[in-house]
Amino acid sequence: MAEVETSVVPPASVSGAPALAFEQVSMTFPDGTVALRDVSFSVRRGEFTSIVGPSGCGKSTLLRIASGLTEATSGRVHTDADRLGFVFQDPTLLPWRTVLGNAELLLELHGVPREERRRRAREAISAVGLDAFELFHPKRLSGGMRMRASLARWLTLDPPVFLFDEPFGALDEISREKLNEELLRLFQEKGFAAVFVTHSLFEAVYLSSRVLVMSSRPGRIVADIAVPFGYPRAQELRFDPAMSEVAGEVSAALRSVW
Amino acid sequence: MKVDLRSAEHSELAEAPERPLGGPVRARRGRVRSAAGIVVPAIIALAVFVGFWQFAATHMISRHRRFLLPTPGKVLSDGLFDSRTMHQIAASLWLTTKLSLFGLGVAIVLGIAVGILMFSFKWAERAAYPYLVALQAVPVLAIAPLMTVIFGYSFWAKSIIVIIISFFPIPTTLLLGMKSVDPGLIDLFRLSHASWWTRLRKLRLPNALPSLFAGLRISAGLSVIGAIVGELFFQQGRPGLGQRIYDYQTNMEYPQLYTAIIFSSLLGIAIFSFFGWLGNRAIRSWHESAVESN
Repeated sequence: MAEVETSVVPPASVSGAPALAFEQVSMTFPDGTVALRDVSFSVRRGEFTSIVGPSGCGKSTLLRIASGLTEATSGRVHTDADRLGFVFQDPTLLPWRTVLGNAELLLELHGVPREERRRRAREAISAVGLDAFELFHPKRLSGGMRMRASLARWLTLDPPVFLFDEPFGALDEISREKLNEELLRLFQEKGFAAVFVTHSLFEAVYLSSRVLVMSSRPGRIVADIAVPFGYPRAQELRFDPAMSEVAGEVSAALRSVW
Repeated sequence: MKVDLRSAEHSELAEAPERPLGGPVRARRGRVRSAAGIVVPAIIALAVFVGFWQFAATHMISRHRRFLLPTPGKVLSDGLFDSRTMHQIAASLWLTTKLSLFGLGVAIVLGIAVGILMFSFKWAERAAYPYLVALQAVPVLAIAPLMTVIFGYSFWAKSIIVIIISFFPIPTTLLLGMKSVDPGLIDLFRLSHASWWTRLRKLRLPNALPSLFAGLRISAGLSVIGAIVGELFFQQGRPGLGQRIYDYQTNMEYPQLYTAIIFSSLLGIAIFSFFGWLGNRAIRSWHESAVESN
């Protein structure tokens, strides 16, 4: 990873074997649509990889394959599927449970005893700044707060790999920026491997150490662009010409496959 | 790393719906106002109705047929304020209430079991659905005499009428609610390898509650109709409201008949409202449809 002048702190430590690896993965739907063709890439802990591409290029399918929800037609996926965080487009909270109850759900399903899951759920809620809203039901929360609760739910599992499927797409710009900051903070704290699907080029560049560009029909990875900024990232980076330059590079790669 | 999130919290609170912060005062004031808004028109409508009734009984019917339509005053004096009548009606009301609640209880237990079965096995749904619809379409008045042939005149025979009439909404609304789960939540449970039983208990059944309670409310109202119909046909044993209605009519005791009808309606409304209240209480904290303050 390239060194950066703007950052005095070294980039989050990238370590060990890939936490998630795709090897020549292809996916053809029963109706004959080729969603993915020969997709290969790997992500290590401490690496933040974004995937951008035209809509319908198979980004979401890619994440579903990574999580094991969908099976690829060919190729191999290496990961510990049982310890995977997967933040969906919608917060998908259980409406009849409070924030705390929702945060406890996954541990409950994994059979973690009550005392421990309560403690871990509280920690996760605290990590996303929802302490004061533990006993609120989702219907009383704003969109941004629901997304935080959704994030907290996965944090309880402390997964080495986190998949994000356009999680902030439905939020307003301000909530989105704030959640970007917090996601980066969590990423540095926990050092998970992140795969982040988004349709915002700026979000992709601002968050990631690396941006993968996909083409559509069939979905293939056509560009792999390194983002030469370390972590933590200053807010001001958003408006830095250097950042615009990388975003421009991603945009050019996207346009070449349109 | 420690980050101060207080400022973030505050600014985001502004986005949150007002209710949690708006405070109970506003909610209470709103409740009083809306209660008045509901009660006053209803009272006016009742007054208009009673007035028309009085007018019809005294001016629209020829003198020698007036006994058919007693005035509201006569219903009060010979019915509601007559100790013999009220004695009879109170005893009958209790019997009819027991019959309705018993039949409804059985319908709820059976209905939930059938609903879960239909959800779990496609074949069960295919097998049961047409007969559920048929059961709903059967004119109960037509099969009531058949019940006496098969089951005699027991409490059970009357209960079966209640069960038949109040059964349909329960499995169907439960099934609907269990099927309409957000696909994202299903994925979430799949990712955790949750068992069938866990998914049922923690996802499908709670998700079905709002819809099930809508069905229960309908069934509750129907159970009283079933009980009265049953009693009208089973003229044996201790008399419920249905039987009283029949007897008063036969003896041409019209003020008493009207009183019995009024109490039958009140029983229906009471059971219906109870289930409405119960449902609202069970889901109000989380479901959008629940009434929170009006």
